[in-house]
Amino acid sequence: MKLLALDSSGNVASVAVTEDDRLIGEYTVDHGKTHSQTLLPMLDEVKKMIELDLSSVDAIAIAAGPGSFTGLRIGSATAKGLAEALNKPIVEVPTVEALAFNMYGYDGLICPIMDARRNQVYAGLYRFEEDPDTEEGYRMLTVKEQFVGDFGELLAEIEAMQTKVVFLGDAVALHKETIKDTLHVPFGFAPANCNRQHAACVAALGRHLLLQGKSVAAGEHKPIYLRLSQAERERAERERAEREDGAH
Amino acid sequence: MKEDILVLGIESSCDETAAAVVKNGREVLSNVISSQIELHTLYGGVVPEIASRKHIEKINQVTEAALAEANCTMDDIDAIAVTYGPGLVGALLVGVSFAKSLAFALDKPLVGVNHIEGHIAANYIEAKELEPPFVCLIVSGGHTHLAVVEDYGKYKILGCTRDDAAGEAYDKVARAIGLGYPGGPKIDALAKEGDPEAIAFPRAKVGENGYDFSFSGLKSAVLNYLNSCEMKNEEVDRANVAASFQKAVVDVLVEHALTGVEQYGLHKFAIAGGVASNSALRKAFEEECAKRNIDFYRPSPILCTDNAAMIASAGYYDYIAGHRSGWDLNAIPNLKLGDGK
Repeated sequence: MKLLALDSSGNVASVAVTEDDRLIGEYTVDHGKTHSQTLLPMLDEVKKMIELDLSSVDAIAIAAGPGSFTGLRIGSATAKGLAEALNKPIVEVPTVEALAFNMYGYDGLICPIMDARRNQVYAGLYRFEEDPDTEEGYRMLTVKEQFVGDFGELLAEIEAMQTKVVFLGDAVALHKETIKDTLHVPFGFAPANCNRQHAACVAALGRHLLLQGKSVAAGEHKPIYLRLSQAERERAERERAEREDGAH
Repeated sequence: MKEDILVLGIESSCDETAAAVVKNGREVLSNVISSQIELHTLYGGVVPEIASRKHIEKINQVTEAALAEANCTMDDIDAIAVTYGPGLVGALLVGVSFAKSLAFALDKPLVGVNHIEGHIAANYIEAKELEPPFVCLIVSGGHTHLAVVEDYGKYKILGCTRDDAAGEAYDKVARAIGLGYPGGPKIDALAKEGDPEAIAFPRAKVGENGYDFSFSGLKSAVLNYLNSCEMKNEEVDRANVAASFQKAVVDVLVEHALTGVEQYGLHKFAIAGGVASNSALRKAFEEECAKRNIDFYRPSPILCTDNAAMIASAGYYDYIAGHRSGWDLNAIPNLKLGDGK
């Protein structure tokens, strides 16, 4: 089973091609250029290098969100164009889960955190459990589903679980001192090789989802934002205020 | 040998998600538009983030519908043309990213198209005999440009707006007199019931060349008029305001544009853009062009609004001129007419 995976949910742009349990090619950059200038040229490079026949791909796996709204849409629109042209399905992989998959097999809590601005993070909590029935020997369990919210509250939850934890993601730099000052459970920070988005993780998780029959048609896919637009939020607040005024 | 050239056009620069197939730059085989206007009416104007979100939900369906209506498949398409600016950056990026990966996976040439050039090209679809050179006035919610179209893809800009676009002034005045969004069609309709000579609003002259436009002074004059009526407790005749405002806009557009046509010794003039479907503007140009012996071209309203057929048409002329875009094509929100050639 061959997957073409894309991740442009954060500052990293990453493309990968996998076949079953083999990574054939991956190209990952964390550089200032916009994803619209990097993502497709990178895929073009990988395609040439590994002599990829695009029609041999079984599905397009995409880091579907959360993440930067514009970054998500560049990735999603790219995936939707590829899937449309090749007539292949799209596998939507939750971004935070794909990040957690970097820490495959770790025996504590895995906490990916992405900067969501407005003093919030996109995050989730995951752990691996031994499962001899699986091909890889472990199964990733979701302890707390990916969400957008306050990092302080998440830290309190982690502390209450009394389990060691490893952090990764682009928001680590922002919150490292808070983590050090707050947590009493053992903690660590993932190193450069596994602390950011990798399309190979999207492909590996995407393969599991595809084997479970979880894919959508190109036209059905849309990003998982986890947040309304500012205008919708303000409108909802205005309407709530008006309702409350009316109730008094 | 295959002689006909089919271009698939994709457009997502503002609040319409559109795809179209056009043959040889002139013959529309399909022109599919998914409008978000009702959604944005809730907010009194286009909300960029909401527009971007809607584009990504519709882009595949609109493209599939365009191919189906044209009775062709991706295999029949010779090139893919996409708007890469000007417009809302997040909205543009959806169309650009989608068109790029579509062209990449299909191994088809990709042509990035300037949205304003697309509006001009709408005239090529409407009038099969129209060829450059001619003078074109592009008026929409975001643009007010007067240009000499010297050749396909070759422009000399005579003037543009110094502040608000004509359509923007319409939206602001419409809001002030309680008509809501979108302002253009609403003012146009109400103005039919009013007297265009009722209120003397100013006709701005700006700059040395006499071709530039300014509509913010006119907009302020309307707001001042409304305020002074309120102060004096006078009832505002909204139809007269709409008609007099519209007359002031139309007078300036007609005068500048036709001066340009005559100054450059041309006898062909075209209008383009969303405001080009305004009935008062069309009528004024029809009358004035007839008087001055100028051939007047105007696209049907469906081609004046943002659409992908015009992008495919402009893309066709770029394509046969040898223009190609790379996989690093980016959205350029403030792209100027004639840039990137």
